[in-house]
Amino acid sequence: MDNETKKVLIDPLVNNNPITLQVLGICSALAVTSQMSTSLIMAVALTAVTGCSSAAISSIRNHIPSSIRIIVQMTIIASLVIVVDQLLKAFAYDVSKQLSVFVGLIITNCIVMGRAEAYAMKNPPMASFIDGIGNGLGYSLILIIVAFFRELLGSGKLLGIEVFPLIKDGGWYEPNGLMLLPPSAFFIIGFIIWVFRQWKTDQVEQPDFQILDISHGEGGHH
Amino acid sequence: MEAYISLFLKAVFVENLALAFFLGMCTFLAVSKKISTAMGLGVAVMVVQMITVPANNLIYHLLLKEDALAWMGITGVDLSFLVLLSCIGMIAALVQILEMILDKYFPSLYHALGVFLPLITVNCAILGGSLFMIERDYDFGESVVYGIGSGFGWALAITVMAGVREKLKYSDIPAGLQGLGITFISAGLMSLGFMAFSGIQL
Repeated sequence: MDNETKKVLIDPLVNNNPITLQVLGICSALAVTSQMSTSLIMAVALTAVTGCSSAAISSIRNHIPSSIRIIVQMTIIASLVIVVDQLLKAFAYDVSKQLSVFVGLIITNCIVMGRAEAYAMKNPPMASFIDGIGNGLGYSLILIIVAFFRELLGSGKLLGIEVFPLIKDGGWYEPNGLMLLPPSAFFIIGFIIWVFRQWKTDQVEQPDFQILDISHGEGGHH
Repeated sequence: MEAYISLFLKAVFVENLALAFFLGMCTFLAVSKKISTAMGLGVAVMVVQMITVPANNLIYHLLLKEDALAWMGITGVDLSFLVLLSCIGMIAALVQILEMILDKYFPSLYHALGVFLPLITVNCAILGGSLFMIERDYDFGESVVYGIGSGFGWALAITVMAGVREKLKYSDIPAGLQGLGITFISAGLMSLGFMAFSGIQL
């Protein structure tokens, strides 16, 4: 694997993460993460759809008239999502019930559309495929981190296997119910962004207003 | 009638699309910097939701559902796997038509909503609303009410969020949390507030 390919694949993990930096695909990242198993399935589904749709769109990119490109992209993505949805219903029916509408919502997941627009329309199929997979992996990384904390702290389990014995079963851990509720996902992603930006300081956004320390500020009226 | 009112209130508060199901989050976070633009987008979502949910309901019940083609004399056909494709096609087409109608007959409204309309096609709240309607098997009347309610709930959430963010920009926030980070945390707090409705039985 040459350097360029490696960069396309690795960059979206931390440096250009679709969720924490590009603000794409947040909807499902928050909704399916109360359990590890659903998040893993969702991560695999999204990575597959993003990779395949980028490759497909990129291979016909020179034949799509730009005025109807959104509809064409949507149709390709929707067809791929239908395949994933039917596969899940056939082989993992319980999980597909838990994911409910969120598999269908991969169609409007901005990561898929965003990569199709931003990368696949300008680059050859193989590179687009790898870019799609890379962004899917960046999304998966955040999903798995969030699900890890939510399931571990919320029900003391990981992938359904008990890690912290609960008080009601004679153990010591009192589960934190908040972690199973939707708001906790917001907090955890907020903290992940904080950690990422503390580590990669170039991602920090500039505030609209700067607070001046008047007592030490230069040119102030003392 | 009572059932419709309770469905409406449930769609607005208890099952708020933005804060309980996290739908339309990308635009929710990206376009909530100013109250006026947030409100414009909110109204646009509400209008589109009001039209697409009942329209998709009709398509589903008349064409796609198992044995739905019986009125044409065709039985034993189940096209429900096409739901995703037909929903998104319907939404994309309706948004396009709406854009053209507004442009022709209501230019002022078009200028107010115009920039947001293309964004709406890829707003998961719209597709999510239609998919929830199908999953819960609403009839036509319910789907109209659900469309209006869920759109209104989303508009309410993004307007409130914009209000919070307008004040928030004057506060002293740790560097790493600046911008997106603090927005997530305040959205979480708002979502906690909306959780308070979840115990209400209607």
